[in-house]
Amino acid sequence: MELLVSGNGSEATKGPRWLLAHAVAVFGFLYLPIAVLILYSFNGEGVGGFPPRHLTFDWYRVLFSDGPIWDSVWNSLQVAFVAMVISLAIGVPAALALDRAQFPGKALFRRLVLLPLILPGVITGLSLLMLFNAAAITLSLLTIVLGHGTALISVATTEVFAGLQKLDRAQEEASLDLGANYWQTFWRVTMPNLKLSIIGAALLIFTLSMDEIAVSFFLIGRDNTLPLEIWGRLRRGITPEINAVSTIIFVFSLVAIVVWYRLRVRDGRTEAGMEVVEAVGGSAS
Amino acid sequence: MFSRAYKMAVTLPPLVWVAAFLLTPYLLMFCYSFWSVSSAQVIVHHWSLDNYRELLRVGVYWQTLFRSMWIAARVTIFSLLLGYPLAYFLSFHAGQRKELFYQLVIIPLWVSYLVRAYAWKTILGSDGVLNTLLQYVHLTRHPLEFLLYSPFAVVLTLTHIYTPFTFLPIYAALEHIPRNLVEASHDLGATPGQTFWKIVFPLSIPGVLAGATFAFVLSLGDFLAPLLLGGPSGIMISNIVVSLFGAAYNWPLGAAISFCMLLLVVSLIFLSERLERKWSFS
Repeated sequence: MELLVSGNGSEATKGPRWLLAHAVAVFGFLYLPIAVLILYSFNGEGVGGFPPRHLTFDWYRVLFSDGPIWDSVWNSLQVAFVAMVISLAIGVPAALALDRAQFPGKALFRRLVLLPLILPGVITGLSLLMLFNAAAITLSLLTIVLGHGTALISVATTEVFAGLQKLDRAQEEASLDLGANYWQTFWRVTMPNLKLSIIGAALLIFTLSMDEIAVSFFLIGRDNTLPLEIWGRLRRGITPEINAVSTIIFVFSLVAIVVWYRLRVRDGRTEAGMEVVEAVGGSAS
Repeated sequence: MFSRAYKMAVTLPPLVWVAAFLLTPYLLMFCYSFWSVSSAQVIVHHWSLDNYRELLRVGVYWQTLFRSMWIAARVTIFSLLLGYPLAYFLSFHAGQRKELFYQLVIIPLWVSYLVRAYAWKTILGSDGVLNTLLQYVHLTRHPLEFLLYSPFAVVLTLTHIYTPFTFLPIYAALEHIPRNLVEASHDLGATPGQTFWKIVFPLSIPGVLAGATFAFVLSLGDFLAPLLLGGPSGIMISNIVVSLFGAAYNWPLGAAISFCMLLLVVSLIFLSERLERKWSFS
């Protein structure tokens, strides 16, 4: 936050001061809970209470010997990985289809794919619950994977679709003219050009799935994902152990952002996730 | 240049998947909303409008829906008040630091929704950070009870969560405004205020509409923040749906409410898109 205030002596020429003050205040609002979360993960006296007392690593020690938390982390990682594979396996062809094929119901298809991102999770979660119930499928991590995989197709589709718009078709044409078949052309020409879009989408899907709770809430079987494990503990009473695990996840998310950012800088675009926002926010015609 | 087989190969698998796991569940929800539950707790596949009649007849559903819409409306207004000036500042006055600031807005989105809601709970509770801070500096002598387990807590938390979502489309719209329009307005003698209200703001309306739709729709359907922070007076419509699918065991009635929400959300998105197109540049 210091960055914002200091070393910037010429705000007067850069617009009214109140705009800067407002920006600082909004950043303060956005970061206050995160700062509190991290700070109190080191607080010996529990999650509340000002000022924090007896700074300690005890909660991290408790966390590292907490079996159920790590089981749920492992479950979440598995779910996120498989969901990512499903979303890409369906979302990448869907982007190609939207870019290159005409088929009945195309407009409806595009809207349906985007719907889970804007629809409250309770609707998507419950409608999938009814489907699995009707098909007599027992709820488990598999049902969560199917839910996440389906809800996040749109992330892969929008990111890859944006990549396809920038793609030079002549390359693919040349490849086909020179005797490569569609399969070879796809893997050797199309895919390498879409690499950054796909990696970006994969990172985003992975993180969104790791954090997802509203849909998982209804599709959970016996094994918990990390957010649901935390949810269960919140209802039983809270300890800074939850702050500790959240802090660790936050640090890993930051690493993911830095990786994403590096990729984007190379690609000439740094506005992470903007394709998804623009597609969901309408004007995707 | 792409053969029929290629087009089939990229079109069919997504179509089948989306039909199976998106279209079918939503249709099934629609069907469920016409069914009922027998006294032996079995779903009766008999078609009637009874669930919808029940929704019209029983006041608590309406009241809860209106309370949810009122909470969502406040979240939307506060998110716009926080997000718009921030987006404007970044787009027009942040200079070299634009990239950094943009990332700073995005980063909180990567912290789990649940964890941020939980963090607010630890701040607002009666033994929470804020109350103990106020007592520590002797501003108050007793904990302020309205902070947690109230609609206030829900609005505050949801505003925190959806401000970045509101910011993003507004920022995108502002970034798309050709800068020479702004310069032309300056050169022709308009004051900064006139330039803002006559050039910048009208051109950013599609972004404002998209951001407002995000904030309103997503907070309208929220059920976790009310459960965690809302208390009895902060119950929202999705909490009723959740209890109908859980302890109350009336899936058909829950499906009817969900379907009404789905209709409401889809028509809001539709409306917002129409308006965005009306206001869009070129």
